[in-house]
Amino acid sequence: MSILTETKPGMIVDEVPQTMLSGAEATMRCLVAEGVDLIFGYPGGAIMPIYDALFHYGKQLEHILVRHEQGAIHAAQGYARVSGKTGVVFATSGPGATNLVTGLADAMIDSTPVVCITGQVFAHLLGTDAFQETDVMNITTPITKWNYQVTEAHEIPGVIAKAFYIARSGRPGPVLIDITKNAQIQSFNYTGYEKCRHIRSYRPKPIIRKEYIQQAAALIDEAERPLIIFGQGVILGKAESEFKAFLEKSGIPAAWTILGMSAIPTDHPNAVGMLGMHGNYGPNLLTNECDVLIAIGMRFDDRVTGRLDKYAKQAKIIHLDIDPSEIDKNVKTTVPVWGDCKETLPLLTKAIQKKNYLTWFQKFDDCKLQEETKVIFNELNPTGTSLTMGEVIHILNSFTGGKAILVTDVGQHQMVTCRYAKFTDSKSNITSGGLGTMGFALPAAIGAKYGAPHREVVAIIGDGGIQMTIQELGTIMQFKPNVKIIILNNNFLGMVRQWQELFHENRYSFVNIMSPDYVQVAKGYHIAARSVSARNELTDAIREMLEHPGSFLLEVIVGKENNVFPMVPQGRGVAEVILCKEDL
Amino acid sequence: MLKQEYTVTVYTENQIGLLNRIAIIFSRRKINVESLNTSPSEIDSVHRFNIVINESEEVVRKLCRQIEKQVDVLKAYYNNNDEIVWQELALYKVSTDIIASEVKVERLLSQYGARAVVIRKDYTVFSVTGHREETDQLLKVLEPYGLIEFVRSARVAIIKSSEGFHRKLTQFEQHEPPSEMVENEFLDQQENVFSM
Repeated sequence: MSILTETKPGMIVDEVPQTMLSGAEATMRCLVAEGVDLIFGYPGGAIMPIYDALFHYGKQLEHILVRHEQGAIHAAQGYARVSGKTGVVFATSGPGATNLVTGLADAMIDSTPVVCITGQVFAHLLGTDAFQETDVMNITTPITKWNYQVTEAHEIPGVIAKAFYIARSGRPGPVLIDITKNAQIQSFNYTGYEKCRHIRSYRPKPIIRKEYIQQAAALIDEAERPLIIFGQGVILGKAESEFKAFLEKSGIPAAWTILGMSAIPTDHPNAVGMLGMHGNYGPNLLTNECDVLIAIGMRFDDRVTGRLDKYAKQAKIIHLDIDPSEIDKNVKTTVPVWGDCKETLPLLTKAIQKKNYLTWFQKFDDCKLQEETKVIFNELNPTGTSLTMGEVIHILNSFTGGKAILVTDVGQHQMVTCRYAKFTDSKSNITSGGLGTMGFALPAAIGAKYGAPHREVVAIIGDGGIQMTIQELGTIMQFKPNVKIIILNNNFLGMVRQWQELFHENRYSFVNIMSPDYVQVAKGYHIAARSVSARNELTDAIREMLEHPGSFLLEVIVGKENNVFPMVPQGRGVAEVILCKEDL
Repeated sequence: MLKQEYTVTVYTENQIGLLNRIAIIFSRRKINVESLNTSPSEIDSVHRFNIVINESEEVVRKLCRQIEKQVDVLKAYYNNNDEIVWQELALYKVSTDIIASEVKVERLLSQYGARAVVIRKDYTVFSVTGHREETDQLLKVLEPYGLIEFVRSARVAIIKSSEGFHRKLTQFEQHEPPSEMVENEFLDQQENVFSM
């Protein structure tokens, strides 16, 4: 009999009189005690004891059988990103584990809390080139926050507790536990599960240094043209309301990175749009005009900064980050505010004076007007017969009111979605940011639906990306999560084609990708579908998709050779952002 | 910034796979590790790495932060050669006949502080501890006399200003670390960067 007590941190949550359990069964007990109720996975030889134990835990642990392990980990990522909880993945040894690699790398660079449990061959076979043996530990070392190989059953409770603590604390990230088959089978004396809340060699929450808060506040108070740039740290730190309070008092314009998007509503009075290669004109251009740049929970990715030696050289830089290795990594900081922004932001809010920056905001408005005239108006009111990606997102906005979770893949459709989408709630923009993983969106959308079952989830995917993980339509067919899928089909690998047009003199080298009949494919999976290419049908098609009671695949044929602008061409500074091809 | 020799001292848990985790931080950035030594430290259960690289201070500082970010790493320090005391050990295998017949070799060996570790009829093994230059010099002078084998260990180094790791570890072991604890010396050095 287990007594599940209230989960106070560090308390024993699964107290049992000593029981003999197999490693596999203990794994189930530990996961339940940790609060896990959903697993994405795929069985195989080396993880069969765990799947056998799972068979008896159907009531506590829901398992979604994906079609490929990459789908499992992207689904766990989508789940984690919308729920703020830790995604859990099961996979077998060898190919099962190597199929997780892309997702681990994606979760690592985008700081997503995921715990992967992989089976491994018997401990005595390690290193003998056994069937389905792969050196998973060494393959995954650079792409996990922590990994551990269990070869004895008694290690399991401690290692699982540590894994969940590491995955979700501090700057979150993926953790992999590789359990040899003998450890899954072996019986041991299970004495209960104790949640981990301290590891002596690991300090997830740095001590906040008051003097840096004061120095940062002094810089902010003196500033005449300050600019806030924020990233996913605000969302991961669950610091949205603290951030809004800071914005309200400071009155400073704020621009988001792609992963920071939706932390504040897109129509927030301080919001000035998105940073980055295809971000908005104003925030990119004016980064090089601000006098104090306040970076919050972001890591100065090269897609945000453009050329570093031309990036915000005139500005004093305040960097708030939980990860000390980010301070000064790419951009030299004037004041480092090292800490969890949920704690540092209120201190900073308290220390600063209330101000407003009307003339400074006016500059952003001027830029916005230019961008609207030169880019946005044409994208949303095209004169040609072919549809634009922008108008699809625009119509989608009008139906969802910004309430939906949008899951995007990688490429032109991703940039257009992030440029034109409206969001009202946090954790709504799910995309592969750092790694740029094509094939991310479909499985991530499945996971997102499980993470937020009462919210509308719309996956927006290009015709390239959908074909990378299209097999996950099978998962949708079988488990029926209500996921809406929009394929923006331009019959090209659009972003590569855009670069070939702009920088490789129109040499379209292997970008003309063919698509199957998506409606027929969906029908094969018993998923409702429609294809649309005419403007007068678009609104109706999107309505039909959203009103359909189950999953729905909508293919929208869009213009073949549209480009995404504005653009900060690679190797240029942010102030060299261009609004059209002619500016190049 | 000027490249120079830095010795990185890392205190870690004794965990399989951690050596790889630390090594790939260098190899990912295509940085050559000149020497690497793992050993016990002054504290039972805490492991100590000494890694020597030739890089600019900025690069070394960033590398140390990446190393310290690893879950099983307790602390990473970097020091230039003025800030440490260090030694390397070299072994030389020479034909015993030659030593017996050449008075000059005997003199050289005592001049460089070589100690005979093994003396056999056919060969003798000498050891020298010291800095790279010292062990290198003996290598050079022995070469004309038919040096059979040579090997040199990694550098081991003691930080001159360090008070050891006991106090820090006690702080790390507390669930709520004391506020006076200095977690990141690198950030402190930044105080002189800040200007109003």
